[in-house]
Amino acid sequence: MADQLAIGSRRGLKPALPLLLPAYLWLTVAIFLPLSAMVFFSLMTDLPVAGKEWSFTLGNYAAFFSQSLYSTLLLSSLRLGLEVTLWCVVIGYPAAYVLAKVLKGRSREAIFLLVILPFWSNGLVRIFSWAMVLREGGILDTALNAVLPFKINIDLMYSYPAVIIGLVHSYVPYMVLTCYLTLQAIDDSLIEAGRSLGASRRQVLWRVIIPLSMPGLIAGAALIFVPVVGSFMEPRILGGRTGTFYGTVIEDQFVSVFNWPLGAALSFILLAVVLIILALAAPVLRRAA
Amino acid sequence: MAGVQVANVSRSFGAHKALDNVSIDFADGGFYALLGPSGSGKTTLLRQIAGFDFPDAGRIAIGGESVERVPVEKRRIGMVFQNYALFPNMSVADNVAFGLSVRGEPKVTIAAEVQRALDLVQLGKLGGRKPHQLSGGQRQRVALARAIVTKPRVLLLDEPLGALDKALRVDMQIELKRIQREIGITTIFVTHDQEEALTMSDRIGILRDGRLVQEGPPEEIYDRPQSEFAATFLGDANIFRGDATGSGIKLPDGTTIAASTGAAVPAGAKASCAVRPERIRISPGAAKPDPANANTLTGQVSKRIFAGNNSTYFVDRDGQTLKVIVQNTGAERLAEGQPVVLSWSPDSTVLIAA
Repeated sequence: MADQLAIGSRRGLKPALPLLLPAYLWLTVAIFLPLSAMVFFSLMTDLPVAGKEWSFTLGNYAAFFSQSLYSTLLLSSLRLGLEVTLWCVVIGYPAAYVLAKVLKGRSREAIFLLVILPFWSNGLVRIFSWAMVLREGGILDTALNAVLPFKINIDLMYSYPAVIIGLVHSYVPYMVLTCYLTLQAIDDSLIEAGRSLGASRRQVLWRVIIPLSMPGLIAGAALIFVPVVGSFMEPRILGGRTGTFYGTVIEDQFVSVFNWPLGAALSFILLAVVLIILALAAPVLRRAA
Repeated sequence: MAGVQVANVSRSFGAHKALDNVSIDFADGGFYALLGPSGSGKTTLLRQIAGFDFPDAGRIAIGGESVERVPVEKRRIGMVFQNYALFPNMSVADNVAFGLSVRGEPKVTIAAEVQRALDLVQLGKLGGRKPHQLSGGQRQRVALARAIVTKPRVLLLDEPLGALDKALRVDMQIELKRIQREIGITTIFVTHDQEEALTMSDRIGILRDGRLVQEGPPEEIYDRPQSEFAATFLGDANIFRGDATGSGIKLPDGTTIAASTGAAVPAGAKASCAVRPERIRISPGAAKPDPANANTLTGQVSKRIFAGNNSTYFVDRDGQTLKVIVQNTGAERLAEGQPVVLSWSPDSTVLIAA
């Protein structure tokens, strides 16, 4: 027994290498190399294509600080990330709770399937189907006017709420899944113990269940916040003119303006800001978890 | 403190009758064991008393007040769970403080009460630890401190010692009993361990298939079981089945066994007799009449199990294997295969109606 434990814990890295290597090779090829190339691009004056002249510069990074447009957009993207994360908590956590603690057997499987169903459809299809629902004379508008006795005009398309709706729809399953996992691991007898000590259901929720499911909430929030801050598809399609965010500006640099160096530099600034936010939040989050 | 009255309580889960018309009166300040095999309904009954589940029919009262529709958090009970159910995110002191803190007691009072409760379970110095830093026995004590710090009317224990190893279990039995005496709280204790039930409780209720089989002080149930099930579930018993004679039973082979305790069974009816293995005298050789041990049988030792302070003999007799426990007094030990005479007193024989 003691021998086996020693084998498991003390033989060091060498025997583990064959297991680690595929993943790290893949990460090197798929992430590290392209990212390094991007770092390189972000320090260039121009793309080295068609024999164009180029030199090294920090100008692309300086552009972020010299023009307030970029930092304003970054702030609104961060706000978008916060709002979407918040809505995902509000919508996803109760669903995860019901899945983990109320439903059993067949009904749990069925509801679970509905949660992960969005993962099976193409992201672009999801967004365009929202466009069908949200536009004036669209499905939501028509349906509401068919039911309501008075005439209302629902035109959410090309607005900030439309972007929020689309993003929450795309990302809420992450929150449900991460919270479901931590909630399911909470022993029912802890809830019963809380109530036997005189705590109401609400007190048990705030003092026992939420603190114990905090790791899931944090993991879900990180999984949602980071990509939402850099999102561009939902803002562009559902937000229209109002959908200009940091992510869409980066996309423009790569897709329409062909200013890859600026796009790369803006991306790395975003990465840095997100890392700083996560680092600052880490001690608070660790205490909460 | 308060007594608990359970009257005609029934509870079904689908077609399964978990509790079937159970009535027990738990006296104020008593230590009561609910004993039964798994699936007997003992935990269901405890959960009805706690308020985690409500009965389909019947009445439950704590301290004379009807509670069968009162939710658990309003019943003022203390409960210790089988797996202790300590909050893993809180320190030992916070765990114990939980019940007082949800009530909104002032911080100073809470701190003093928590310290008192931890001192009572002899964990006064470990308040700052997290549950995962404690041993099983210590967790058990924290769970107990947490359950009693709120001064509940009843203490409910769901197989609380089941997860401990044998030596620790015996320690905790003594400790639990001491604490219960000290605070004088009505305690209801669910267990499937007959030894635990015998050593700890003032009264035992034996449950089987959702019904209360027998209820009374441990000595009474042990000495005068009212059913074969009670006789064999609480302790060991040799059971003889035959026809009642009015003063005992007649076995199919014609042997009569006299019984002077137990139920009155009309002559001719089916009945059984129960004899505890330690009440039987085993001796080698031919039978000698002995007026004090009027019941006599002959047989052959088929197996002997030596357990240090005593030996258990399995004696074959007319297709039945009887069990005899003999204290190790240094007397001659009987060999396997040896013919023996078994004798015991009618006073040690309990007549049970079939």
